[in-house]
Amino acid sequence: MNDLYQTQRAMRQMRRQALQRGVIAILDVGSSKIACLVLRFDGSARTRADAEIGALAGQSGFRVVGAATTRSRGVHFGEVTAMQETERAIRTALQAAQKMAEVRVDHVIACFSGARPKSYGLDAQVELQDQMVTEHEIARVLAACDVPDYGDRREVLHAQPVNFALDNRSGLNDPRGQMGQTLAVDMHMLTVDDVAIQNLVHCIKRCDLELAGIASSAYASGISTLVEDEQELGAACIDLGGGSSSISIFMKKHMIYADTVRMGGEHVTSDISMGLGIPAANAERIKTFYGGVQATGMDDRDMIEIGGQTGDWEHDRRTVSRAELIGIMRPRVEEILEEVRTCLDAAGFDHLPSQQIVLTGGGSQIPGLDGLASRILGQQVRLGRPLRVHGLPQAATGPGFSGVVGLSLFAAHPQDEWWDFDMPLDSQSGRSLKRAVRWFKDNW
Amino acid sequence: MRPLGRPEPKLKSDPAPSRMKYRMQRWWLTPSIRVLLRFGLPLVLIVTGSLAFLADEGRRAAVEQAAGDLRAALAERPEFRVDLMAIDGASADLDRVIRNTLDLALPVSSFDLDLEDIRATVDALPAVETVGVRVRPGGVLQIDVSERIGVVLWRSADGLKLLDDTGMALARVDYRVAHPDLPLMAGQGADLAVGEALALLAAAQPLEKRLRGLVRVGGRRWDVVLDRGQRIQLPETGYVGALERVLALDAARELLDRDVTVVDMRLADRPTLRLAEAAVDELQRIRTLNGTKR
Repeated sequence: MNDLYQTQRAMRQMRRQALQRGVIAILDVGSSKIACLVLRFDGSARTRADAEIGALAGQSGFRVVGAATTRSRGVHFGEVTAMQETERAIRTALQAAQKMAEVRVDHVIACFSGARPKSYGLDAQVELQDQMVTEHEIARVLAACDVPDYGDRREVLHAQPVNFALDNRSGLNDPRGQMGQTLAVDMHMLTVDDVAIQNLVHCIKRCDLELAGIASSAYASGISTLVEDEQELGAACIDLGGGSSSISIFMKKHMIYADTVRMGGEHVTSDISMGLGIPAANAERIKTFYGGVQATGMDDRDMIEIGGQTGDWEHDRRTVSRAELIGIMRPRVEEILEEVRTCLDAAGFDHLPSQQIVLTGGGSQIPGLDGLASRILGQQVRLGRPLRVHGLPQAATGPGFSGVVGLSLFAAHPQDEWWDFDMPLDSQSGRSLKRAVRWFKDNW
Repeated sequence: MRPLGRPEPKLKSDPAPSRMKYRMQRWWLTPSIRVLLRFGLPLVLIVTGSLAFLADEGRRAAVEQAAGDLRAALAERPEFRVDLMAIDGASADLDRVIRNTLDLALPVSSFDLDLEDIRATVDALPAVETVGVRVRPGGVLQIDVSERIGVVLWRSADGLKLLDDTGMALARVDYRVAHPDLPLMAGQGADLAVGEALALLAAAQPLEKRLRGLVRVGGRRWDVVLDRGQRIQLPETGYVGALERVLALDAARELLDRDVTVVDMRLADRPTLRLAEAAVDELQRIRTLNGTKR
């Protein structure tokens, strides 16, 4: 646990350095595309560093100066499976973004969707030492959380205090400075397979970059897609990506649950490819141009040339009706949405006061998806697009970019995590010299 | 249908930059490198290029030669030639002096004329008060002079000098008769009080026929010297008033026509006369005759 704490703190340090330099790259490593933004921070964010939330939800501090996407290779289900290929794809995206920004980027914040995220709710309670909640007390109560045995090859990705309770008052966002006897905390912890993280970190290191932070793309999409009242009242963001569909549930502006369904748009494509016997590239093209989930009578007469590269004229000139295409796509989309429903049920989403569901990601652009989703997931479904940020190119404002936009918001204003608080002294064993140095630093 | 026999155009299968290329691009994008390339490299190239070019003696001489030729060709154009020198506001004497002093070999290019130098030279002449020098269109060197005018002669230990109204010595004069129309002053420090002298001379207009000159006494006050050895001694202040009183007396009682050698006005409330010796005797004789001798 201590080890993780140190690496996360090192990443936070890296992020601070990057903000000082003013340039940071945002990398969304997805299964179908890798998107990279280069952000330039001007002074306004730093002057507001002490404020709770800056103007325009903290967006005023940065500007997108470079953006690039490239087709992803070597990533499946949101996890790196072929290191070399992934590294090359990251390099392509980064080079293009740097070229557009005309600046060299050394720090990168990355997100990915796969690696089987698992949410844990932790809680702890401590007696306050002098009746007043200080940073030290918060660190103490966070350290007092009994961490469940989350498995051997797992790593903590997020550990965010979600709710503080002081005596019998609950729902406190920031209890610092308040008086009371006992302080309790609820913490949301997200763990992922450590191999996936290590692979990604290695790929980024091979591109001569420093990792300044890492986040779950479910979380990032939720930040950018859910509007403020949805985040406050409770809502689920479903990011229908290429290789996996990630789910994040927000409540009181904190993520309280995240999960991933290991199915996405690429499975729809491969279904089309298999069903019609055409190359995957053609299938992808047909899906994006003619795809849908709601067949009408008109679609029977709408014939699509599906093409082919076999050299057999008859074979390459086949046509299918749009209804057939929809007939192939719909079961897979239904399956994905039903898996999502299962995850939401497992999370107890139907006990939340608000049942808002927001669909985003490239997969949410299928025509008629909102109708199908409202049949499966519930009535309150809408399609979400990412927040508008300064300087974002028009091409990167679609729902497929909600992850990368959310990550840039996260880069500008990261949520307080466990490792943002100093570890209480009593849990560090036998480092008297360090303690002495720290005492000097604090007092002089 | 694909044409047979022709190789398919080679598509780049992998858009990814090679590791080397990627690093190279990042290196180029480093801010310091960019600044160095944008400003440093051109600067170094220019400096080294010009240094290498000028390192050779012959080339340096050639460059200088070419620059000199170019300048000469430009300077010798008729547009820049100065043919004439026109001097305005100077008397014939001063005109001659100025021409002799400058000694310009006309025609000359206006590039070779140092107008500031000419101005300083002319201005240094004692008879010149102010001077303006310019090259007028049409190739004329125009010198506008305002000349100092001698108003008084001053006889001092150094000899006779011509002074203007500020006391500036314009020239040495050999003979008084060279300027018969100018009044004469004498005495040490008289050149410092030419203004006072001129005021006195103006006031002494009625005595013009008899006036010989003014004498500065002790560097502080004036004597008016008339013919027949007569002298009017004036005070330090109010000298014009004192002179006018004497003139009034003269007009009323013909004071100066009488045998008086000195009219002493130095004390305003006690003007004093000194009679000639013969006059004193005559006065005493008359008083004895009248029986008023004490």
